Amino acid sequence: MSTPIPHAHGDVAPGDELGPADVSHAIRGYLVGLALATLLTGVSFYIASSSALVWQPSIPIALSVLALAQMGVHLVFFLHITSGPDSINNVMALAFGLLIVMLLVFGSLWIMTHLDHNVMPMERVMKMQR
Amino acid sequence: MSAGTEAFPGGVAGGGLARVGGGHAQALTEEPAHGPSKRIVVAYGFWIFLISDIILFSALFASYAVLSEATADGPTGRDLFELPTVALETACLLLSTVFCGFAGIGAQARRNTLYYGSMAATFVLGAIFVAIELHEFATMIGAGAGPGRSAFLSAFFALIGCHGLHVSAGLLWLLTMMAQVYAKGYRADIRRRLLCFALFWHTLDIIWVALFSLVYLVGVAPR
Repeated sequence: MSTPIPHAHGDVAPGDELGPADVSHAIRGYLVGLALATLLTGVSFYIASSSALVWQPSIPIALSVLALAQMGVHLVFFLHITSGPDSINNVMALAFGLLIVMLLVFGSLWIMTHLDHNVMPMERVMKMQR
Repeated sequence: MSAGTEAFPGGVAGGGLARVGGGHAQALTEEPAHGPSKRIVVAYGFWIFLISDIILFSALFASYAVLSEATADGPTGRDLFELPTVALETACLLLSTVFCGFAGIGAQARRNTLYYGSMAATFVLGAIFVAIELHEFATMIGAGAGPGRSAFLSAFFALIGCHGLHVSAGLLWLLTMMAQVYAKGYRADIRRRLLCFALFWHTLDIIWVALFSLVYLVGVAPR
């Protein structure tokens, strides 16, 4: 991510002057990302709109996996998050952010479903108060 | 004379960016002599902001996930969401994020046609996205499925509306960046701002991937 154009020399990000070969190379990177993202999006829409392809109860999980894969494609091909030395701080920040996101989403779902199970339905509460 | 007490040298005329790295009287357009290059530091700082933005969206997303069944006998996602519209929105945003990448390449290579053309394409596609979303919201509210109808719809409008607001703000930022490059050229500080804008725009598309998959597609999927 730190260097939008992949350079062999890592951190230097030299004057950012690009030759014609670099430009076409960089553009090709985005086109590969576009192709992969289009493929994953297409599969997601197909799974959601046709009932025959996937066992129905597994559809939300299949869609989640496809969404995660597409986010990975975006991170690598568009945001240029790599495993290179410039990127370590960014990857660490992303990992911490993901931890918080997981805690928030799954924590909320976990607690609220249990709450839902344990709380008396509203109609019965209303009846008891009469 | 120490740099701390001295007024900023002429380099700050570039628009009031705070200097990175304490005390070095460093003109904005220069790279520091040692340590990581300034663009890496700036991108890292902006990345931290973007992650906090992602956490904001995850909070809205969690509230939507909890409330998605609380339809109060009103319309559900299956009644309201139209997949062709969502597919069109997704295509617009995906293409605009690719054009945004092309614009970054154009700015680095200092090719005016590539830069301005790609930025214009990014803007048009983003504007189409916002227009489709506004039309979708207007249709839903007109059909009596506004944010006040049920907890499900409150959470839906908050989540999708927050993303739409981000995209609209990004469109304004995009126009600003076109104007800044036009007025000031491909200076190092302008290119850093452009890098931040590109990161912002790509991140919005990542958030949209989560939204179209887990809000719209899961909402209409057969079960």
